[in-house]
Amino acid sequence: MKQDRRTFLKGAGAAGAVALAVAAGLLKPGQVLAADWNKNAFEAKSVADALKDINASGPAKSADILIKSPDIAENGAVVPVEVTSKIPGTTDIAIISEQNVNPLIAEFALANGAEGFVSTRIKMAKTSNVTVIVKAGGKVYTASKEVKVTIGGCGG
Amino acid sequence: MAEPMKIRAQMQGDTADIKVLMNHIMETGLRKDAKTGQMIPAHFIQQVNVTVGGKTVLDAQWGYAVAKNPFLGFKVKGAKAGEKIVVNWVDNKGDKRTDEATIA
Repeated sequence: MKQDRRTFLKGAGAAGAVALAVAAGLLKPGQVLAADWNKNAFEAKSVADALKDINASGPAKSADILIKSPDIAENGAVVPVEVTSKIPGTTDIAIISEQNVNPLIAEFALANGAEGFVSTRIKMAKTSNVTVIVKAGGKVYTASKEVKVTIGGCGG
Repeated sequence: MAEPMKIRAQMQGDTADIKVLMNHIMETGLRKDAKTGQMIPAHFIQQVNVTVGGKTVLDAQWGYAVAKNPFLGFKVKGAKAGEKIVVNWVDNKGDKRTDEATIA
């Protein structure tokens, strides 16, 4: 039974990845709200790959993105992160922890009056930059803040 | 079936300040069970959808590294007191949960 399941998942994974890649390329920004889970982006091992998979390559640095998080997080399993984007027309906020096994942590699509603000808690494997990607008016912006982690939140 | 979420929503001027606390193990799939030495399989929320007054205001996709019992805070301009908030999530095993609250 277990063996069957594994074989099935392997097959489904390979086929699913292709379908998702196609879907990701074809989706227009407004349609993101109904998208399937972006498996490629969340399983990407590098920040660059993750950015490519969420259609956010080559972001411009912006001082209008504020990241509120502790300078030192004693417990990497729970790191509060609060993002405020003052860029008008912010439609997407993504949170990335650069040293995590899978850097992309979360992507939020905002609509119908939701402001450029998201507050959540993330896991960080070790000390690293928390990078925020903001999409607004078809353009991509970014900002980073270093968070020191004394006990890792991922893995053993 | 997962435990209910806690949803709090309050008007601050013309903006609704919404806070959601979900109950979920949020297992990354990268940890080993201390007793058996086996990897603990990943089990985490993948998608979150929030509607206010029937319109989607936030649609989130989450990866492996959102903290256990996830917290989500956001603000919706133009929402009104008395409007209904509906929060949905789906995890990687297909478990679902929907909870509602009213903006105060």
